[in-house]
Amino acid sequence: MSNSYRSIGRYASLTFAALLLFGAASSAQDWIRTGTGLGVERVRLAAADFKPSTSDAKNAELLKTFNDVLWNDLGNAGIFDLVSKSFYPLQEPGQPSDVNFSAWSSPPPNTSMLAFGNLGAASGKVTVQGWLYDVKNQASPQVLGKQYTDNATLDAVRIIAHRFADEIIFRLGGGVQGIAETKIYFISERTGHKEVWMMDYDGANQQQLTRSGSISLSPRISPDGSRLAFSSINKGGWEIMMYSFDLNRVVAFPRFGGMNLSPSWSPDGKLAFSSSRNGYPNIWVIDGSGGNSRRLTSDKGPDVSPTWNRKTGSQIAFVSGRTGLPQIYTMESDGTNLQRVTDQGYAVSPNWSPNGQFLTFSWMRKYGPGEPGSNDIYLMDVASKQWVQLTHDAGRNDFPCWSPDGRHIVFQSHRSGSDQIWSMLADGTNVKQLTFGSSNTQPNWSWK
Amino acid sequence: MKHVTATRTTRTLTGWFSLALAIGAIAFLAACAKKVAPPPPPPPPSMTAPTASLSATPNTVDAGQPTTLSWQTTNATDVSIDGIGPVDPTGSRQVTPADSTTYHLVAKGSGGTQEATARVTVNTAAAPPQTSTYNATEEELFAQNVKDIYFDYDKADIRASDQSVIQGDAQFLQQHPNIRITIEGHCDERGSTEYNLALGTNRADSVKNALIQAGVSGDRIKTFSYGKEKPFCTESNESCWQQNRRGHFVYEK
Repeated sequence: MSNSYRSIGRYASLTFAALLLFGAASSAQDWIRTGTGLGVERVRLAAADFKPSTSDAKNAELLKTFNDVLWNDLGNAGIFDLVSKSFYPLQEPGQPSDVNFSAWSSPPPNTSMLAFGNLGAASGKVTVQGWLYDVKNQASPQVLGKQYTDNATLDAVRIIAHRFADEIIFRLGGGVQGIAETKIYFISERTGHKEVWMMDYDGANQQQLTRSGSISLSPRISPDGSRLAFSSINKGGWEIMMYSFDLNRVVAFPRFGGMNLSPSWSPDGKLAFSSSRNGYPNIWVIDGSGGNSRRLTSDKGPDVSPTWNRKTGSQIAFVSGRTGLPQIYTMESDGTNLQRVTDQGYAVSPNWSPNGQFLTFSWMRKYGPGEPGSNDIYLMDVASKQWVQLTHDAGRNDFPCWSPDGRHIVFQSHRSGSDQIWSMLADGTNVKQLTFGSSNTQPNWSWK
Repeated sequence: MKHVTATRTTRTLTGWFSLALAIGAIAFLAACAKKVAPPPPPPPPSMTAPTASLSATPNTVDAGQPTTLSWQTTNATDVSIDGIGPVDPTGSRQVTPADSTTYHLVAKGSGGTQEATARVTVNTAAAPPQTSTYNATEEELFAQNVKDIYFDYDKADIRASDQSVIQGDAQFLQQHPNIRITIEGHCDERGSTEYNLALGTNRADSVKNALIQAGVSGDRIKTFSYGKEKPFCTESNESCWQQNRRGHFVYEK
């Protein structure tokens, strides 16, 4: 059996990521169709600092936030070869008539694409105009032209920058929606209790959602983003809890008794979770209102941490300790066709990719006394069971979760000396720390 | 480990034996009190011998609780109780003895001297016949006698070497049928939060099932898992991890 588990090695990870992205963007275009992979021929993109279009005193700080956020979003996307700002011409355009095509399309910037625009506050409102130009096609350069108006606040400008970045990423990234407007839900202990928090995908705007004062864990946002399921100590047991974003509070949800842990949403709004209501912790499924419960596994377990195939909703992967150290298994969503997909070590916290092709999970591959290594994040192609290690020599890493575009993975890592939330591209590069201080764990990325 | 079981049995028997002795002593003293004051042969009227009786109600109290001494004398001019001093010929008084005490009354009159005694038994934690203090005492006994069960890494089976601990725990619970318990499953810091919560569930369940097999009613036992959320020890080494891999017994009121 172990022959089928073949480390395709770190060297091959780029190829694997290209394969991954190919899967993620199956409706896709340009560089994917030509067969040139990610990291080989990235789109060369310059993003000029936006210019003030009014003389409002607020412009300076609004522009700084806007330019920083846009730049970070384009860099985080992982699909561009961002041209360093030090290569830019002295005259950066604020509007189309200012663009000097040859200055941008030839070295030193030598870019294909140029994002530019202007921002101006007036009477408490801010207006942003942004363009994306193909500077090597002077005859018909405009790829994108957008205008946004909102209140002249830093928060609003941050959102506008995310939107504009996502427009660019969508146009140049093979038709895949960007993630700049997505959210990450997580557990933070900064109040002294483990509570559910949320933040923007880049770590900005961290907000507390629950105030239970006990222990809340395993937050999972619903596919439509309207509800968040989590597990919390409630009346002598762990129960599945539900937070409503319509009401901005925890709402009533059926209690099952026993230990109810690790909820996971199917694409059509059902929940799988681990419940010991009938004895051992097994995988159960309920509908989105808590009804129609049925048990999918019936062994001694413990079975926990289910994750649905996010594309089809017809399979569930989960963790079971039925043979000893925890391993990852898959089964149909009715409990049939059980298959073990990891063959050794300590494998936990699976999360199924949006395209249905991959699992990411935390694995201590060679567990045992004297064995080197730690819990690292891995990627596995579900059909072939081939895997790639994404993190190396960097503390304990756990609880990976895919971004909705399938290009990023958020996870918790102890590499900084405490548990914090980090993100990376799905090939393991571009690793960024999103939270600092206290303890922040169990990140869960929104579905869109 | 048989040795431990034997010791516990011995201790328990000793406890019952002391209790029996105490009860015997009370019965004996009560019998004595009835025999007190047989009138001597009738003396001359002016020389009538005093009579005396002394009683304590209740005659058994818990430490710190008061009891009332009552006495009656006749033909006495000088009545005193040891430790209290001169008292009226007939009266009562509340006392709070720290330990079991035999109160001794001496009644002197022109006709002679008469004595009476009353024994007050003071219960310490070892003998709990009073319902009012049943729980507190039982909780202390619980803490002294019920031992947590420890597990191997990633295991929820009770180790062979811990079978005698479980038997001891079960024996205590059977001897104290009113005690209800929660068994908390705990895990060490390694591995995933979610898997450890599920593993802790199985650990708590293992302990519960072992108690049921040993004859303890499952109705008395709740289980809960803290996974690695509430460690007993927070260092990253095996001795600390072993402390945290346990089924922890919690006394429920």
